[in-house]
Amino acid sequence: MMNYHQARWICESCLEPLIFEMGNKGGSRGILLPRGVGAEINIPEKMLRKSLNIPELSQPEVVRHYTRLSQMNFCVDTGFYPLGSCTMKYNPKVNEELADLDEVANIHPDQDEGTVQGALEIMYRLERLLCEITGMSKMCLQPSAGAHGEFLGMLLVRAYFRARGETRKEVIIPDSAHGTNFASAGMAGFNVVVVPSNNRGRVDLEALRAAVSEKTAALMMTNPNTLGLFEDEILEISKMVHDAGGLLYYDGANLNGIIGKARPGDMGFDIVHLNLHKTFSTPHGGGGPGSGPVGVAEKLEEFLPVPVIEYDEEQGRFWLNYNRPHSIGKIKSFFGNFGVLVKAYAYILSMGADGLKEAAEAAVINANYLMHKLADGKSFKVNYDGPCKHEVVLSAEPLKRETGVTARDVVKRLLDFGLHPPTYYFPPIVPEALMIEPTETESKEELDRFIAAMKAVAQEARTDPGRVKAAPTATAIGRLDETRASREPILSWRMYQRLKPK
Amino acid sequence: MVHPYIPNSRETRDQMLREMGLSDVEELFKDIPPELRIKRGLDLPPAMPELAVVNHVKSVLSKNLPFTKMPSFLGGGVWPHYVPAHVRQIVKRAEFLTSYTPYQPETSQGMLQALFEFQSLVAELVGLEVANASMYDWATSLGEAALMSARVTGRSKFILPKIISKDRLSVLENYAAGPSLELVEVDYDRETGQVDLDQLARKVDDNTAGVYIENPSYLGFLETQVDEIAELAHSKGALFVVGVNPISLGLLRAPGDYGADIVIGEGQPLGNPVSFGGPTLGIFACRGEQRLLRQLPGRLIGMTKTVDGKDRGFCMVLQTREQHIRREKATSNICSNEALCAVAAAVYLATLGPRGLRELAEVCAANASYLMKQLSQIEGIKVPLFKSPHFNEFTMQCTRGSISWLNAELLKRGFHGGKPLRREFPELGEAALLCTTELHTKENLDGFVEAVRKVMEG
Repeated sequence: MMNYHQARWICESCLEPLIFEMGNKGGSRGILLPRGVGAEINIPEKMLRKSLNIPELSQPEVVRHYTRLSQMNFCVDTGFYPLGSCTMKYNPKVNEELADLDEVANIHPDQDEGTVQGALEIMYRLERLLCEITGMSKMCLQPSAGAHGEFLGMLLVRAYFRARGETRKEVIIPDSAHGTNFASAGMAGFNVVVVPSNNRGRVDLEALRAAVSEKTAALMMTNPNTLGLFEDEILEISKMVHDAGGLLYYDGANLNGIIGKARPGDMGFDIVHLNLHKTFSTPHGGGGPGSGPVGVAEKLEEFLPVPVIEYDEEQGRFWLNYNRPHSIGKIKSFFGNFGVLVKAYAYILSMGADGLKEAAEAAVINANYLMHKLADGKSFKVNYDGPCKHEVVLSAEPLKRETGVTARDVVKRLLDFGLHPPTYYFPPIVPEALMIEPTETESKEELDRFIAAMKAVAQEARTDPGRVKAAPTATAIGRLDETRASREPILSWRMYQRLKPK
Repeated sequence: MVHPYIPNSRETRDQMLREMGLSDVEELFKDIPPELRIKRGLDLPPAMPELAVVNHVKSVLSKNLPFTKMPSFLGGGVWPHYVPAHVRQIVKRAEFLTSYTPYQPETSQGMLQALFEFQSLVAELVGLEVANASMYDWATSLGEAALMSARVTGRSKFILPKIISKDRLSVLENYAAGPSLELVEVDYDRETGQVDLDQLARKVDDNTAGVYIENPSYLGFLETQVDEIAELAHSKGALFVVGVNPISLGLLRAPGDYGADIVIGEGQPLGNPVSFGGPTLGIFACRGEQRLLRQLPGRLIGMTKTVDGKDRGFCMVLQTREQHIRREKATSNICSNEALCAVAAAVYLATLGPRGLRELAEVCAANASYLMKQLSQIEGIKVPLFKSPHFNEFTMQCTRGSISWLNAELLKRGFHGGKPLRREFPELGEAALLCTTELHTKENLDGFVEAVRKVMEG
């Protein structure tokens, strides 16, 4: 077992102070600026700012402060991060260096096309690679995240039926789906119809048959689903939806479980979004930037956002095509998170066809190995039979029933072992859920350490439950009062100054 | 041999399979119907060595001509600025770079505090009490601001100025489509570019959810009737929404001080590279009132205490607004945002401080002021098109020949010219949008003026 303690920079009753609590007023600054031409500027007095209350600090103070903060942040480079549905795999360093090149960082989207041929070529090639991986006909690289891709997908569904003169208002979503699916469909103006899962953890075909009608615009599915299970009746499902004139939407959050083994396009999906910051290893940056490209079947191509990147073979030149009369327009300014796209492109080339397939296989072996070792029915159990794909959802119900220790307690105690805990209490259809996604970039040694930690916590729940409930203690800070944080929200320094007791 | 990014050897893998009572990995994929299985493998190139990937990507990218090698006068929504070395280095620290959304606050205090500081810095900058932890970009912030205005007021009309980036407008239209919001444009004064107040007064009514302006405007001039516009919006119970370039706020009055209820903008210039237009950083701030707060989209970081009440800490708050709890009733579907760009912005603002930011804004504006003056002396060039004060962007009209011709000629002389406006504003004739920042030296500015003169004198 690993012995672990996170850095804990503390002064009096707070961790590292806020930048607003640091430094000396009256002139410090972290950088000198060029002087410019010194011409007169002509801004009326009433539009000028009188004061700005932000800190005044020297450069070393700024650097030390944020370095200390970084030391109080767990990351996949430091340890196991099996956060289910998030695919926290290793982020290759070479990709970072490539995305930092002058030819990536310092080009402007409105430059003459002749001066950004390299950028257009990378996007064009990436789009072709992603189409091959998913089995789709064309891709849009604009969306900034998975949920953004879902929203675009729903707008495409709207545009498709509008063009056919049909009004279809319903989007069907399984009860195991990611919360974003419901929200994206709602934002695009659809009514959501929920279908339950069956006792095998898959979409219930009878319930689906009852839900599908001439009002159905689309069915949104994740495959493998959030239970980590492959929807093995996907061909029947696809037929059922298509026979009713609806479209099939693929949430690509879980593509890592089948990449190189099967393709959503072949399953009948009409629209697919990918999460480049999951399956394609671009780092998640503590919450973003991500990238959520959307692929479509041929019949939906004409509705994709502008511009579309084209290649003129005669002139050997890439160009941006805005002349798309049926396009829905834009979903984001410019062309997408280009810096992220470069990393994903380099990743796919590094992996190659066999490497991607190998990744899926290793990820699936790792997840099944954890299930095999942990689902003993005494502390943790699986509610649905495997094999699973890239992730396994355990239920800590047996442990809770016996000891009163909850999944949340287990999660907090795991922090003390120098690993990031699984996603918990999701999907909601599994009580006391622990959703574990190890990914392919973890070794058996690492998995064995996690297994040992889970067993140690389960053991402790029986012998010393107080210790589990009091966890974590090895982290920068102890268990936080999240209820209070939402009941009396303090969301900025300014708000804190107003609300704090004088 | 397995791929270098995958630790388990074939032997280890086989051992794991045996422990599970399996002999072949294919047994774990037997639930995928055979007709769906990829038979011959994906049609992708074989794995490339790291060095080959580097060489290939660099060779493709060498066809780009970055503005560090040739001066550029492009802005229009993303603006080139110098990114201090330490800002890049901090956001490249693996602890920030390779972590997920801070779902486990006890082990993610670093990211949470950095984002709380970002929220706090943005709040000060725009003069409001609350900012969220980021949206995707300015355009999606605008879309969300329109939706939020409608939810807060229970109304369905959103008023915006005619002078706005047409790409941004298109994103707004897509966001407004779901709840069928009515988008109403207000014309501008042809002399000054200022919003036509009479027309605005006629259009604001009891069904108006929000009135939106941009300051500086998309075409670079300042909207100076801000107090009057705020008054008009509020008199009918509508929210006043203002879009900004945050650098300008080193110098300009904070929108919160002239009545803005929601402030949005593009945070890219705060320590993030232009990067061909992405990653970007959507700014989203609002007043601290409950009725606004409950409808705010996006992630929010709040200050709290440990359960034992001893230590101060940070965690994500008000998640009941969000998709994983409220599902289709959520205030937004946004999940992943632009957190790392927000950290860069926090480090950048902490580095510049109030004086640095003011100086920077002054340099950007002074360079534009100088360039406008010099260009206006060239025959056949009209600069700027609007008689209003400008920040760091302005319009330039070519009265002899087209902008595409001028830009092509400038390219030959070593300059990226301004952004052509024909597609967006045909009424402005052959016009372009130009931008200056602290990146421009006097030599760059003089060289550009000289080049334009030579082309025009032909």
